Amino acid sequence: MSSVTPAIESEENPDALPDQTLIHIEKLNAWYGDFQAIHDLSLEIPKHKVTAFIGPSGCGKSTLLKWINRMNDVVPGARAKGRLAISGDASNDHAEINVLDPGLDVVGLRRKVGIVFQKPNPFPKSIYDNVAFGPRLHMKTSKSELDELVEWSLQKAAVWDEVKDRLHGPALGLSGGQQQRLCIARAIAVGPEVLLMDEPCSALDPSSTLAIEDLIFELRTQYTIVIVTHNMQQASRCSDKTAFFFEGRLIEAGPTEQVFTRPQQKQTDDYVRGKFG
Amino acid sequence: MALPKSLQNREFRSTRSGAFSERLIVISLALCATATVLITVGIIYMLITQSAGFFRSEAVTMSGFLTDTEWTALQSKDLAQAKFGILPLLSGTFRVTLIAMIIALPLGLITAIYLSEFASAKIRSWLKPTLEIIAGVPTVVLGYFAILVISPSLQLISEGAFSTFNATSAGIAVGILCLPMVCSLSEDAMRAVPRSLREGAYGLGCTPFETSVKVVVPAALSGIISAFLLAFSRAIGETMVVALAAGTLPTMTLDPTQQAQTMTGFIVEMIKSESEYGTVQYYSLYAVAVTLFTITFLMTLGGQIIRRRFKESYQ
Ligand SMILES: Nc1ncnc2c1ncn2[C@@H]1O[C@H](COP(=O)(O)OP(=O)(O)O)[C@@H](O)[C@H]1O
Ligand SMILES: [Mg+2]
Repeated sequence: MSSVTPAIESEENPDALPDQTLIHIEKLNAWYGDFQAIHDLSLEIPKHKVTAFIGPSGCGKSTLLKWINRMNDVVPGARAKGRLAISGDASNDHAEINVLDPGLDVVGLRRKVGIVFQKPNPFPKSIYDNVAFGPRLHMKTSKSELDELVEWSLQKAAVWDEVKDRLHGPALGLSGGQQQRLCIARAIAVGPEVLLMDEPCSALDPSSTLAIEDLIFELRTQYTIVIVTHNMQQASRCSDKTAFFFEGRLIEAGPTEQVFTRPQQKQTDDYVRGKFG
Repeated sequence: MALPKSLQNREFRSTRSGAFSERLIVISLALCATATVLITVGIIYMLITQSAGFFRSEAVTMSGFLTDTEWTALQSKDLAQAKFGILPLLSGTFRVTLIAMIIALPLGLITAIYLSEFASAKIRSWLKPTLEIIAGVPTVVLGYFAILVISPSLQLISEGAFSTFNATSAGIAVGILCLPMVCSLSEDAMRAVPRSLREGAYGLGCTPFETSVKVVVPAALSGIISAFLLAFSRAIGETMVVALAAGTLPTMTLDPTQQAQTMTGFIVEMIKSESEYGTVQYYSLYAVAVTLFTITFLMTLGGQIIRRRFKESYQ
């Protein structure tokens, strides 16, 4: 394997592995100015699994997601207290990362924790340049290594076959679903361990949505995925663990199957049955 | 529940009566649009007919006009001795414009990046009005600023290498003049770049500076190039500053310390001079004006083409 190809390649069946927590969140509180968006939230996010955040609009799902890679840094007045840590990893050779540490190398964190947004946001460049953007920023690669990495990422994101003949055409010429998969390719091209996705399908048509869901299910063999979704079927179809939020608090978290069929809390039950939200 | 009174009365405005006045409005709009076309055509007609008086003269040839390296329309009273080669005036315009662009483009773009991506609301609230003040300074004031402040400063720094009237002082003043235009148009273009692109860049680990240079500026490129070309045309056509500060001697040189009469500078000088209406010297000003017009026209055309090309690759 080439030196630029991200070095996570364990193809075991993720369902067979015991849960290993990758992201630890303990007593997290987060504010926008004086408004507290997250209250005393504790949650464990398992490695190489898909964790879904569900809950009504405005309950703090995006806020929590964006704290995991410190995207909130650029929001004026946003701050957080508590513990938010990513386990150390010998194979990726880094010690535990204290995400909220003010002295943290944020650029390094975002390379390990990639993010995909609600609306596909490819840069107004070519398809190739979009995927190569991160690698060019972070590593020294030869032209052939870069070509290989771009192809690898597009293949992982299940969009290679559709774009391989127009790599140097404009990314904005792709359909919405293709653009979103391109954005996923762009995120995995820098070799992250975690992929955060904030309602990645809500701007897409049903068939593109299914394609992305299949992709998410594929990707969890190598990445830890956290997905925010409004769509209950989506959460039950493609996640292993589900966390239900309400008004900035975590109401319930557990294996997806349990949260949807035997929720422990009445609020969760009401929400997953579509009684509110 | 009963309907509100206005809906019970059903006294709606007739939708037909508007048809005639609507037509009238469209016609008068079309007339206004035609007026701009007519004005443009009129200007071109005047330039061509008047410059014909110049090119018809025995003393002038087209090839001489385009290739001779001396221009003495004002200096020699005798037509037989007058030399009509446009190159010195072109080189004067070129020197002044180049210096102006060296000042205005980088400074304007950097200021725009700062204003659009980094400045706090408070800094913006005083930096933008300051720039607008520059835009509002009368060009005649800037011309005197060039003579009274820039030239002496240059002479002081260079220990007298610059003459009082020189291409550099005029170029710097024209650059200052173009700065607000470059800055505000580029800033508008960068602010129009959607926030989602910046978030995408941050998400890939870009610093704020990398985000603005690698994502925002490229995404705003067509707007930024338009700003540059507009500033360029503005600098080529600028008259008052160069008439005052660049000197009255057409010189065929690239030396920025020397006088540099520009095309616009010559036109002003000729109109002010005692040359009689109808002489070849007098008509030469129209030949210069046609040249100037052609250059600005080609710039605008080039701008359109460049913009279209960038637009295409970004859609
Ligand atoms: N940039 C911001 N400034 C101020 N308040 C915000 C900002 N972003 C989100 N909020 C508020 O924080 C709360 C949680 O928002 P968010 O995390 O986006 O909710 P969700 O993603 O679950 O719909 C909401 O009440 C929202 O109004
Ligand atoms: Mg949200």
